[in-house]
Amino acid sequence: MTNHYKSSAANRIWRTVANHAATGLAVLSTILVVAPLIAIFIYLLYKGASSLNLAFFTQIPKPVGESGGGMANAMVGSGILLAVASSLGIPIGIAAGIFLAEFGRFSRLANAVRFTADVLNGVPSIVMGISVYSLIVLPLKHFSALSGGVALGIMMIPTITRTTEEMLLMVPHAVREAALALGVPNWRSVLSITLRTASPGVITGCMLAYARVAGETAPLLFTAFGNQFWSLNLNQPIAALPLQIYVYALSPYDEWHRLAWAGALVLIFLIVVSVSLVRYVTTRGVLKGAS
Amino acid sequence: MGVGIQVTNLNAWYSTNHALLDINLPIPANQATALIGPSGCGKSTFVRCLNRMHETNPIARVTGSVRMGDIDIYEDVSPVEVRRRVGMVFQRPNPFPTMSIYDNVAAGLRLNGFRNRRILDEVVERSLKNAALWDEVKGDLKKKSGASLSGGQQQRLCIARALAVDPEVLLMDEPASALDPVSTAKIEDLIFQLKSQYTIVIVTHNMQQAARVAERTGFFLNGKLVEFDSTHKIFTNPGDKRTEDYITGRFG
Amino acid sequence: MDYKIQDPSVPGPSETPSPVTDRNSGPRSGEQPSTIRKFLLSRGSSAFADKGFRWLMVLCAVSIFGIVALIATELTLRSQLTISKFGIWFFFGSAWDPVNGNFGALPFIFGTLVSSLIALIIAVPLAVGVAVFITEMCPLMLRGPLSFFTEFLAAIPSVVYGLWAVFVLVPLLREHVNPVLIKLLGWTGLFSEPNFGIGMFAAGVILSIMILPIISSLTREVMTAVPQSQREAVLALGATRWEMIRVGVLRNARIGIVGSIILGLGRALGETIAVTMVIGNRPQIVKSLLAPAYSMASVIANEFSEASDDMYLSALIEIGLALFIVTIIVNGLARLLVWAVTRGAPARA
Repeated sequence: MTNHYKSSAANRIWRTVANHAATGLAVLSTILVVAPLIAIFIYLLYKGASSLNLAFFTQIPKPVGESGGGMANAMVGSGILLAVASSLGIPIGIAAGIFLAEFGRFSRLANAVRFTADVLNGVPSIVMGISVYSLIVLPLKHFSALSGGVALGIMMIPTITRTTEEMLLMVPHAVREAALALGVPNWRSVLSITLRTASPGVITGCMLAYARVAGETAPLLFTAFGNQFWSLNLNQPIAALPLQIYVYALSPYDEWHRLAWAGALVLIFLIVVSVSLVRYVTTRGVLKGAS
Repeated sequence: MGVGIQVTNLNAWYSTNHALLDINLPIPANQATALIGPSGCGKSTFVRCLNRMHETNPIARVTGSVRMGDIDIYEDVSPVEVRRRVGMVFQRPNPFPTMSIYDNVAAGLRLNGFRNRRILDEVVERSLKNAALWDEVKGDLKKKSGASLSGGQQQRLCIARALAVDPEVLLMDEPASALDPVSTAKIEDLIFQLKSQYTIVIVTHNMQQAARVAERTGFFLNGKLVEFDSTHKIFTNPGDKRTEDYITGRFG
Repeated sequence: MDYKIQDPSVPGPSETPSPVTDRNSGPRSGEQPSTIRKFLLSRGSSAFADKGFRWLMVLCAVSIFGIVALIATELTLRSQLTISKFGIWFFFGSAWDPVNGNFGALPFIFGTLVSSLIALIIAVPLAVGVAVFITEMCPLMLRGPLSFFTEFLAAIPSVVYGLWAVFVLVPLLREHVNPVLIKLLGWTGLFSEPNFGIGMFAAGVILSIMILPIISSLTREVMTAVPQSQREAVLALGATRWEMIRVGVLRNARIGIVGSIILGLGRALGETIAVTMVIGNRPQIVKSLLAPAYSMASVIANEFSEASDDMYLSALIEIGLALFIVTIIVNGLARLLVWAVTRGAPARA
């Protein structure tokens, strides 16, 4: 009886070698990916931490040539921009999510909305910036925090819509039926029962959107524009943390480079906190209340 | 007092699936009426037609008339108004997971805009007592969430929630099928006491349960109402052979 | 058959004291019940509120169409000047001369495409490698931290990458990497002096780091969507682990992996800030990857506020329009491919 199997010794050795090589390459890729990230983080900490002092958080930038100063106005400015963005992005995003989950889930309109939200998500942030410039800055004839907030708010919508829809769909049908059977009007049931049950997840969706737009620079280049001084006026240009980092990084002054690193560290820290919070909420107990 | 229900020529569809065929049925006031039949015979669908929950399914359709008291619930009022007068308890307990016990019971009133704190407190206490749950939870009304109770307690919580809106009719779709025997017995006791105040319609798989709590029983088969008579007669001397076969366990 | 029959006239099945005898529990005592009932009966059908609510939700959902439509029309309208003057040749001209009003976008298209290509060449093997490692090879303990890590990479803002690239990556390339590339691969003409550090290659490298997490996490998603039965079937035939991965998983997931690569490409095409900081900002088309270059997004970012006349502005906006259309197509294609693989598969274990 001849052996028809091709398992000659050479073949077997080759397959074993290939197997180990594949494992080695996969491990190597992982190291090559993880190492630079750790390097970035450590470098950031090293460069940024030394520049972080109380002045950083309380003062505005000093004129060129003077040392010290901080990015307080940029941090407050980012806060204001995010507030404006949220007041636009969160209501529209949640409402669109409610529409997709509760009204006409599989209808053609719903599918078109989902597709369009994805399109909006993929619009490069610089394109978003120049569009809002065209739409708001040009007619008003000046840069403003409002236009910056609008640009960021629009960018929040697709993320919030998608997560709101997902979270609402996770609410068990039985809970909705219980509300309807009590004679609760549909609108009240959706808001006070379904949305409320899904609220931990919806909130984390909003936080995800927050974390994403908090670090955006390009949309702000021609809308919020940046401001070297304190400004709380929505109708004036306003400073923002990522924008300030960008400008300082490209400047020729060492002092400003130092501030840029500090700013980057603060920005990263805020984002790490939000991402970790999101992770915690979605993988641990809080969402269990919904199902 | 509860109110009687007159069902005339009721037909129901799920898309093209004709689930209920020409149901005619007088449900007497202030009594418990049991609906029995094998799985898929349409008894749940029927009960959901009584509070217009059937039509929450987008492919559902209903023809015929259901009169509650002197109102045709399909012609004269909106679904929301019907459901405020007809309470429903589902097969699996479904308390609102993010709400406390108090909030669960008060939900039907609060979500319809009722604000008076004092009356709400009284209603919650009364409903929980009527549902035989008050003694077990009276200390934790606002601290414990509805979902943290045991299965039997949750179902009684759902009953309390349904009672809080003071309905005229109480529909129960296999309320004890997901529960242990002790909880089941408690719920049967409950039904027995409640039926003097409400009209109760109870769907059940359990014939002994029907025999224990209901004055009248209807036997459903394949979407049709085969027989409807006093419970005593159905179980001792059924008029239709199919009823007899089901009772004696030859199928179902 | 004998059943315990409930005769309507016989009292209830149990002897337990009825809570109904409690004074407060009878709804027929006192006014409360009719108050409740009266209240509820007065509430009305709320059909109006329901309809209004529904329309409000629809409106918000439809506003998304409106926003995209607004963006598209604004971009098209405001680039009319250069569209009518140069037509399609706008995208083939290689001279970018704002002073004389001559605008050709080819250098930017070249810069965007080449830097994205470099990014893909570097990122794809690494991303797939990481995905394979995390999904199929790594010990369970490491899986959580590692995937958190790659997600975290995706969350780092562009400007922070840019900052690091300017002060760390570029010097690194200039001092240590580029000379080696020039020595080894200079014969191809792709790597030649002068070596400033900034340029097409630096942009490609930083882009690769930025698109890596997207490709990796999506690849992981499509790989985990492959049912366990596929893996087991291949293993049962006597395959090594790598063969199981290759045949049982990657082959099934390849459409989705292609989709995730295209999605990464979409991200790379539109990336602005980090690229602007290291690409060198010189509108030229040269063979050497170490030479400064310019991308579509970068020219907009750099020159938009200096656009002194309408023709200049129109040219920049037209580049933005092109970017808009291209990223829509690329992202749409990618979503289609990823969707086709992950939706059809059973839920993740």
